[in-house]
Amino acid sequence: MADLRSNLAGIESPNPFWLASAPPTNSGYQVQRAFEAGWGGAVWKTLGEPIINTTSRFAAVSFNGQRVAGFNNIELITDRPLHVNLKEIYETKKRFPDHAIIASLMVEPKREKWHDIVKRVEDVGVDGLELNFGCPHGMAERGMGAASGQQPDLVEAQTMWVKEVAETPVIVKLTPNITDITVTARAAVRGGADAVSMINTINSLAGVDIDTWNTIPHVAGKGAHGGYCGPAVKPIALNMVAECARNPDVHVPISGIGGISNWKDTVEFLLMGATNVQVATAAMHHGFSIVEDMIDGLNSYLDEKGISSVREIVGKSVEKYSDWGNLDLNYRVVARINNDVCINCNKCHISCEDASHQCIERLIDANGEPYLQVREEDCVGCNLCSIVCPVDGAIDMVELPYEKPPMTWNERQMAISRLTNQS
Amino acid sequence: MGTKKSAFISLTELARNFQEVKAGLTPAEARDESNRCLYCYDAPCIQACPTGINIPSFIKKIASGNLKGSARTIMEANPVGASCSRVCPTEELCEGACVLNHSTKPIRIGDLQRYATDWAIKNEQSLFKPGEKNGRRVAIIGSGPAGLSAGRELARLGYEVTIFEAKDKAGGLNTYGIVSFRLPQEVPLWEVKQVEQLGVEMITNVRVGADIEAHEITENFDAVVLAIGMGKVPMLGIEGEDLAGVHDAIEFVEATKTADLKEGLVGKRVAVIGAGNTAIDAATCSVRLGAANVKILYRRTQEEMTAYDFEYDFAKQDGVEFRWLTAPKRIIGDEKGNVKQLECWRMELGEPGADGRRRPMPVEGSEFILEVDAVVKAIGQTRHLDVIEAFGLEHHRGIVKVNLETCQTSNPKIYAAGDVIFGDGHGEAMVVTAAQQGKDTAYAIHKQLTKAGIESA
Ligand SMILES: Cc1cc2nc3c(=O)[nH]c(=O)nc-3n(C[C@H](O)[C@H](O)[C@H](O)COP(=O)(O)OP(=O)(O)OC[C@H]3O[C@@H](n4cnc5c(N)ncnc54)[C@H](O)[C@@H]3O)c2cc1C
Ligand SMILES: Cc1cc2nc3c(=O)[nH]c(=O)nc-3n(C[C@H](O)[C@H](O)[C@H](O)COP(=O)(O)O)c2cc1C
Ligand code: SF4
Ligand code: SF4
Ligand code: SF4
Repeated sequence: MADLRSNLAGIESPNPFWLASAPPTNSGYQVQRAFEAGWGGAVWKTLGEPIINTTSRFAAVSFNGQRVAGFNNIELITDRPLHVNLKEIYETKKRFPDHAIIASLMVEPKREKWHDIVKRVEDVGVDGLELNFGCPHGMAERGMGAASGQQPDLVEAQTMWVKEVAETPVIVKLTPNITDITVTARAAVRGGADAVSMINTINSLAGVDIDTWNTIPHVAGKGAHGGYCGPAVKPIALNMVAECARNPDVHVPISGIGGISNWKDTVEFLLMGATNVQVATAAMHHGFSIVEDMIDGLNSYLDEKGISSVREIVGKSVEKYSDWGNLDLNYRVVARINNDVCINCNKCHISCEDASHQCIERLIDANGEPYLQVREEDCVGCNLCSIVCPVDGAIDMVELPYEKPPMTWNERQMAISRLTNQS
Repeated sequence: MGTKKSAFISLTELARNFQEVKAGLTPAEARDESNRCLYCYDAPCIQACPTGINIPSFIKKIASGNLKGSARTIMEANPVGASCSRVCPTEELCEGACVLNHSTKPIRIGDLQRYATDWAIKNEQSLFKPGEKNGRRVAIIGSGPAGLSAGRELARLGYEVTIFEAKDKAGGLNTYGIVSFRLPQEVPLWEVKQVEQLGVEMITNVRVGADIEAHEITENFDAVVLAIGMGKVPMLGIEGEDLAGVHDAIEFVEATKTADLKEGLVGKRVAVIGAGNTAIDAATCSVRLGAANVKILYRRTQEEMTAYDFEYDFAKQDGVEFRWLTAPKRIIGDEKGNVKQLECWRMELGEPGADGRRRPMPVEGSEFILEVDAVVKAIGQTRHLDVIEAFGLEHHRGIVKVNLETCQTSNPKIYAAGDVIFGDGHGEAMVVTAAQQGKDTAYAIHKQLTKAGIESA
């Protein structure tokens, strides 16, 4: 049994699995059920001035019949009175003293408003604060959420105001609706953030009903952009986490969020520099019990690797993530087809023929049976064939021995400039 | 298999006939199938599993690539879960209850269960740890699904467990009774090993009542679990039963699992009497031993047969013929004392008997002769009356009486589980019910003994 305890900027939890601030953390009843199921922490549904929600609110994207490949919502922050939430936070913390409860907060960008709410939530015993600078809809129109989260100076200032009074660690939750997430992450760090979390949801429109011409979802025939999350956003979130993790100016722990559905996703986020993870959509899709396999699977993974604590894998892949200019231009892989595994669907052939470098040949063997072969000298090693191939193990991407010594684009440019300087 | 038979079948071919019929899922199949499960809440498939395996949980773990966790979830609830994945009548149980029966097609729960447990077998995982010793000792008689399950749970609760087993190997009918082409012996033997790894002492080749007295056991242990299953096939009570070539179905199947396969049935005509699960196993075994023609004779109709539909289909595919409303009257031998013919009668169904089923009655003058070389009797199982009586337990025609709540027999120190209590309306003689009864018995013992402990303290 590996040690799964996690510590994010001083906030301890029995495991690295937290529920993200979202409908699953809307009330004490829910958070307590979640803790019973095994979740290590919960970021309470964002507190602030109670709002009015619309119905309907959610929509999801199915991909070829797979439900909830992506999820879209136009829900705002909590619609319950602050004192009710505070009372339930207090009760929940009392029942589960070892679990992490984080208050997610969003108020107008005014110093006294932040001071006031921070004191009130810390009074009921939260373990930390998460500043929601990420909600992309509704609140942004009031100058909060993503609206303030897209302006580095506002991120910095508000973080600073919170830090003036906060006694518990402060996590700043970042919006992905921005060109370079490290800009706002650095602003948060300058403002004194103890940790950053990412991502909140991505601006989205789930779909259009081609019969009624209504947006999906719609509210009385009208729609507005929502926030996208769920499995489809994982690569975007993972990149943002990685970009922050490898940026020396973002030298605070990261809480990874976005499309995490199981222990494998979790391991990927941890390897890319997240200290823990937060989950919303997967819990909304399947209920709290999914955490059982997350814990068990992570445990088995660590045991199998002979790693005694989950904290040991945090950031282990970060140094492998770099800029394009540092990639070795002389490294070569080519596709090789295993004809005994191949089922002859010809998908690799046509994808290479129509969309890559026309180097998978369709041949006939001595028995008159068709087979495929890669012309390795023309293969650029793009991976496309192996991506579309439906059979595990039918196409291997194999490394070729170096013909020229390793050289990156940056090294090449440097060499060229040295040559031109000399001449 | 098909119906084509040749008179010359080599031993290697025979051995191949006894290899597991059904291939396991490939990783790609397991991925597709596990991702198809809806992960229902309060899932009906769980309710339908007699051992209550958390099916959506183990399937989710296959989907996430946590095969060890998946196997643990299965084996936690069912100590013989690897065997069950192959022999459970899943259409009647979990898969029959899957909600997808109402929309597309049910999840292949049994096959996924096999996929996860096969992984654990192949990777030599040991999944459980014994509990801290509590100083109490329990004897279990019989190492079938019921005895093994009781033993495993008791060991996890900290008991010192000794299992007495009459046979050479442990595992009960899973090891000796269910045909290899459905359940290869290495599967139950792995389950036995899992239990032994918890420190359970397995004393084989010791028949309680013969090699060791019943009272010695009762006196030396804090509790006793009787899990001896059932006995041989009863006598038909007709002429010619002692001729060479007349077999007891259970011994007949056992021979294919313990000794080298013999060529004796190649090209022969076999009549199997009875239409329960054992009859199907005996008939399909005969086909695989090279018999040229195999008939199942049943005195009632297809409607009353106790074999499952999938078993019937399996036998049909093997080319087994069914003769309904047919009963043996006499077995006729040749001058050397070998079976030569079977005289049968036609039957008709009369008034319902005590069990509610219509009683078959011979039709006067309907006798006819079947040319056969072997007769296999599969008309149920007798009870181990001698052992039951040696322990002085109350029983009804060999069915040991138990208090269903406490699992205790008429002797409060002796508990009973599995086929030994099957009949008179409780339970079905299945591996999975025997396993659950074994678990229940372990918990019942723990409850009794801890209660007693508190009272005496
Ligand atoms: C041919 C056949 C096919 C079957 N197929 C299926 C199937 O496909 N699916 C299914 O679910 N069920 C099947 N069953 C039923 C299933 O095998 C039983 O219900 C189950 O094995 C009962 O478990 P048990 O532990 O009660 O008894 P058993 O498995 O019979 O185990 C009893 C054990 O006790 C030992 N024993 C007996 N007397 C003594 C003694 N005096 N001292 C020491 N040890 C003793 C025996 O040697 C044996 O090992 C089949 C049964 C048969 C006969
Ligand atoms: C319906 C819904 C409501 C949400 N509400 C909030 C919120 O109040 N505060 C917040 O910080 N994030 C909110 N989020 C964003 C989630 O916390 C999370 O950042 C995002 O959904 C990505 O994670 P996921 O892919 O696991 O869902 C909400 C998400 C959803 C789906
Ligand atoms: S999930 Fe519950 S609240 Fe939402 S629409 Fe359905 S019934 Fe209503
Ligand atoms: S895509 Fe894969 S399976 Fe299909 S032809 Fe190519 S190698 Fe074979
Ligand atoms: S009922 Fe079917 S779909 Fe639902 S959890 Fe069980 S196996 Fe999966």
